[in-house]
Amino acid sequence: MLALFVREVRLGVRAGGGALTGVLFFLAVIATVPFAIGPDLNLLARIGPAILWIGALLASLLGLDRLFQADREDGSLDLIILSTDRFSLVLAVITKCLAHWVTGVLPLVIAAPLLGVLLNMTPEGIGATTLTLLVGTPAITFIGAAGAAVAVALPRGGVLISVLILPLVIPVLIFGVSASYGAVAEPDPFLPPFLMLTALTLFLAVVGPVAAALSLRWASD
Amino acid sequence: MSETVATARKISDLANPTRFIALADKLVPWLAALTLIVLAVGLYMSFAAPEDYQQGTTVRIMYIHVPFAWLAMMCYTIMSVAALGTLVWRHPLADVALKSAAPIGAVFTALALITGSIWGKPMWGTWWVWDARLTSVFVLFLIYLGIIALTRAMEDPTRAARAAAVMTLVGFINIPIIKFSVDWWNTLHQSASVVRMGGPAIDPSMLWPLLVMALGFTLLFFTLHLMSMRTELWRRRVRTMRQLAARRAEARA
Repeated sequence: MLALFVREVRLGVRAGGGALTGVLFFLAVIATVPFAIGPDLNLLARIGPAILWIGALLASLLGLDRLFQADREDGSLDLIILSTDRFSLVLAVITKCLAHWVTGVLPLVIAAPLLGVLLNMTPEGIGATTLTLLVGTPAITFIGAAGAAVAVALPRGGVLISVLILPLVIPVLIFGVSASYGAVAEPDPFLPPFLMLTALTLFLAVVGPVAAALSLRWASD
Repeated sequence: MSETVATARKISDLANPTRFIALADKLVPWLAALTLIVLAVGLYMSFAAPEDYQQGTTVRIMYIHVPFAWLAMMCYTIMSVAALGTLVWRHPLADVALKSAAPIGAVFTALALITGSIWGKPMWGTWWVWDARLTSVFVLFLIYLGIIALTRAMEDPTRAARAAAVMTLVGFINIPIIKFSVDWWNTLHQSASVVRMGGPAIDPSMLWPLLVMALGFTLLFFTLHLMSMRTELWRRRVRTMRQLAARRAEARA
């Protein structure tokens, strides 16, 4: 599994700057918002966490279709499926998800504080939003793996994955944003939504890879 | 022959598409007639029912809104059972049931949302609020649309069936969220008043029309579902015959 992880990370880093494209897309989304709603700094500071979350969500959906497709094209997906039994296939999917998260989504989390400064957010707000992104984005990748596995055989599955996955990640978005607001706005609590977010990530870390492994095994035969 | 073997044979008989179509042909006219009668009685009862002392005549929207919402959830539950049927027992009709139930469920969900917002405009003063129940039903609608897109995106029916089954089971998480959303989050939508501990909190004069309407729409759902399953089976048969004809023509050429 460690070898698979290292291989995936290497592929992700070296294959045509995929991570950089994601960060650029994130930057573009964040930069578009002030143009759309006007450069009012107070307003931007208030809706900052929500904008950062939506940008990160869209940017991490962007790369999901490559999660299994590249491996399917060069045949290594079939090798992984054939050489593993039912349980270690789930582990392999989790490993691929983690590698995808490290190469594709972690840069977004690292870039988030910088973009938060652009949006005139307070330091506590930036810290809380980055923390919730760090905890919440793995959930998007894990449940996204299920969508990517379902749509792996499709020639243009990218949009379909987003359509399938978006309804399922709405709870992650809700709790992520409400935890970020809880850290800034005084009466709202921070810890309860943050713990719910953590629980969601752990829950989807089980559901997503199991569903992905199921449909990968059936798609291959 | 023991009884269990006999019932097992009956279920496997149903797996044969030709027998299923024959059965559907026999059942559909009766079901359709029964649906018409029950819906007519239900409509009469809901207009004969007393007006609410606060809401006036708009309360009658409830007699269609609540059955629509129940059916939206029941349809998804049936689809999840069908998904289990595809994945676990590999029942050949389960994926036909799933595929043909999805558009019906989407329509019922849309109708529940539309009737709800027509009721909400005079009562809450707004067409839409981002309340927990409304949002989760809206998410259910999106999930339906995603599944419909997925079942129609793939050429090969068996592969599409497995993909849709996995996605349906993952989306089932949403159903308990819808059911308990009004209890977990204290929001604008009123909490359950028919199925709850300590009996219904709704007066019998309004409860009966509601239950009759719910029964009528459930019958309507099963009628439509049987009809569209039959159509789907015929569609697949036509597809297979076309492929056979094309292959034969190719062999001759």
